[in-house]
Amino acid sequence: MKEKYFINARIIDPSQNLDVNGGLIVNEKGKIKAIGKSVGKGNIPSKADKIDLKGKVLIPGIIDMKVFIGEPGFEYKENFRSLSEAALSGGVTSVVSMPNTSPVIDNVSMVDFIVRRGRDKSNINIFPSATLTRNMDGKLMTEFGLLSKRGIIGFTDAIKTVQNSEIMSRIMNYASELDVLVMQHPEDYELSKNRCINEGEISTRLGLQGIPYIAEKIIVERDLSLLEEYPCRYHISQLSSAKSVEVIKKYKNNNLKFSSGVSINNLSLNENDIGDFKTFLKISPPLRKEEDRKALIQGIKNDLIDVIVSDHKPEDEESKRLPFAQAAEGSIGIETLLSLCLELYHNNSLPLKKIIETITYNPAKILKIDKGTLKVGKDADLCIFDLDQPWKVDVSKLKSKSKNAATENRNLQGKVLMTYLKGEQAFSLQ
Amino acid sequence: MAVIKKFSAVKKIQKHLLGIQNLSIKEANLILDEAKNFISLNRSASKKLDLLRGKTQINLFFEPSTRTQSSFDLAGKRLGADVMTMNVTNSSLKKGETILDTAMSLNAMHPDIIVIRHQDSGAPNLLSQKVNCAVINAGDGLREHPTQALLDALTIINRKGKIEGLKIAICGDILHSRVARSNIYLLNMLGGEVNVIAPKTLMPNSIEKLGVKTYTNMKEGLKSCDIVMMLRLQNERMKGSFLPSKREYYEYFGLTPEKLKFAKKDALLMHPGPTNRGVEIDTKLADDINVSLIKEQVELGVAVRMACLKLYCK
Repeated sequence: MKEKYFINARIIDPSQNLDVNGGLIVNEKGKIKAIGKSVGKGNIPSKADKIDLKGKVLIPGIIDMKVFIGEPGFEYKENFRSLSEAALSGGVTSVVSMPNTSPVIDNVSMVDFIVRRGRDKSNINIFPSATLTRNMDGKLMTEFGLLSKRGIIGFTDAIKTVQNSEIMSRIMNYASELDVLVMQHPEDYELSKNRCINEGEISTRLGLQGIPYIAEKIIVERDLSLLEEYPCRYHISQLSSAKSVEVIKKYKNNNLKFSSGVSINNLSLNENDIGDFKTFLKISPPLRKEEDRKALIQGIKNDLIDVIVSDHKPEDEESKRLPFAQAAEGSIGIETLLSLCLELYHNNSLPLKKIIETITYNPAKILKIDKGTLKVGKDADLCIFDLDQPWKVDVSKLKSKSKNAATENRNLQGKVLMTYLKGEQAFSLQ
Repeated sequence: MAVIKKFSAVKKIQKHLLGIQNLSIKEANLILDEAKNFISLNRSASKKLDLLRGKTQINLFFEPSTRTQSSFDLAGKRLGADVMTMNVTNSSLKKGETILDTAMSLNAMHPDIIVIRHQDSGAPNLLSQKVNCAVINAGDGLREHPTQALLDALTIINRKGKIEGLKIAICGDILHSRVARSNIYLLNMLGGEVNVIAPKTLMPNSIEKLGVKTYTNMKEGLKSCDIVMMLRLQNERMKGSFLPSKREYYEYFGLTPEKLKFAKKDALLMHPGPTNRGVEIDTKLADDINVSLIKEQVELGVAVRMACLKLYCK
């Protein structure tokens, strides 16, 4: 591989607190050789590739902490190849794959399978997670130690929640010793059973049973109380309500160490968008009120929420073309993640650097991986985008195998132009 | 006997009847006016018309129903339509076929109108997007039961002359009631004032945003009401611990002659049926012809459904 000189770029790298116009050099091994204002200003060796970015933005490759891939068991919804293409066209170079496949990833042999498939069929970096409990039934913890040794990045029951407080306390207690990452989807089942959207005027009008915000808050409060007793690496996968953000604030003020995330859907949409039973907007946790959406954005601004995820969950047409209560939950989103994040910049909700931080450096810190940064010596996983290019979400053009995009037909501003993996171009917008 | 015209001069009505929420006041009045014509017909010796001769009506009932189903059945037959009622227990839905597959096969039989009842809110909306004929909602989940609201309105108008200016109390399990929701929309639209009365556990979140006053006490809620509409308390609600017991519910929310006195002197009683005597309503009160409009509701139900079939059948 030739050396590559990216010049005339606006480089944003929150890991180095950097937002400069300059250049970046990638060496023959695909590592970052130099970065900064003066890079590319002098003579560029003739044998090197020169890539003039003409003022476009260059950031570390995006890390998406919540992605459902579909292998094994749901290949008709998504597979490693389609997911990998979708991710790259969205500037995503690393993903944490969810373990709620069929069968679920809860034992060592399954991990070997997933690691092998991921390596052979996809280009991007796959960081597989395993379930927190066997068969995701919330009863027996999985082999945190053995699974971690085989390459598991963290443990989560993905769309399920450990309901039993005693089991949760043991999980935290045991996990702390091994320093493994525990990721919880916070939802009290008794309060959310058979329910599908936010509880309020919309649920009353649509005649759908609503999930109260307290279903989330109660688990967040329980887990953080337990965490005070059993400190471990704990991450809340997704938050959806203002009240949960208040709880986070309270515990962060007490210097409790933990992290939390939010889906881009909950930052870009609210319950009113469900309209006349649009099942693509049936997601978990549900879309809530506009005040909740605003509180979540404020939570990011105030460092209460650390990461934004796509919560990419491909569903085939058959799972969505059903009465709302029966339809599957979830929306695809890995291809639109960055553009929707940029919408928050364009509408003055969040500063650009903060947004980039939540999808690069922060997830890398939580996962303890050597990604999400443009520091010298690191892998050159890069995302290059046009901050202003307008486009419309046309699901037929998305690369994901499933087309259930909650933001279908939305007009967006800002688009990924190129994606590089270890210095090699892996995607380029035609 | 009223003269029933074969076609209205101009059909100012939407393609489907999915809910009162989607209805304009003009459309509601059109249906009610049309239904008035059928009341006397239904009381006459010769009830059969041929307005819908050659038309096919399919009643698609995914949920058990006695009066709504028979009411639609009779309404279609009296207008001369070929009526087929599909019983879900006999269909392939039990074999894993989805509602849309069923809809597509039915559509291939060229029906002119489909009447659907489904346990999931929004199911008629989904169906209406996939079939070519008109769809009438005969009750979906907790969302709407538009023909029930229309027949309730017609019953009130028949007795009180109008709805404008009347005060109506809807009492009981509001949370699980599509009848309550449809009635709230329609009565508000026609100028009525609606109070809802329920224990807090059976009151839907933010219901006041639908334009009603909420009460948890019969005495206050029934004050100066012209109509008292009682709802059925479904027994299965006890399991979810919405209430401690039926008798405690009856103590506070059951309608007795004493509680009815909180309302206006000439207040009338309604109930969409089936009634649980001794749970939400005193048995003698339910049968008191001076007060109870329950039988009339059933009677006018046929007239309202005839009007709907006539107007929506293309």
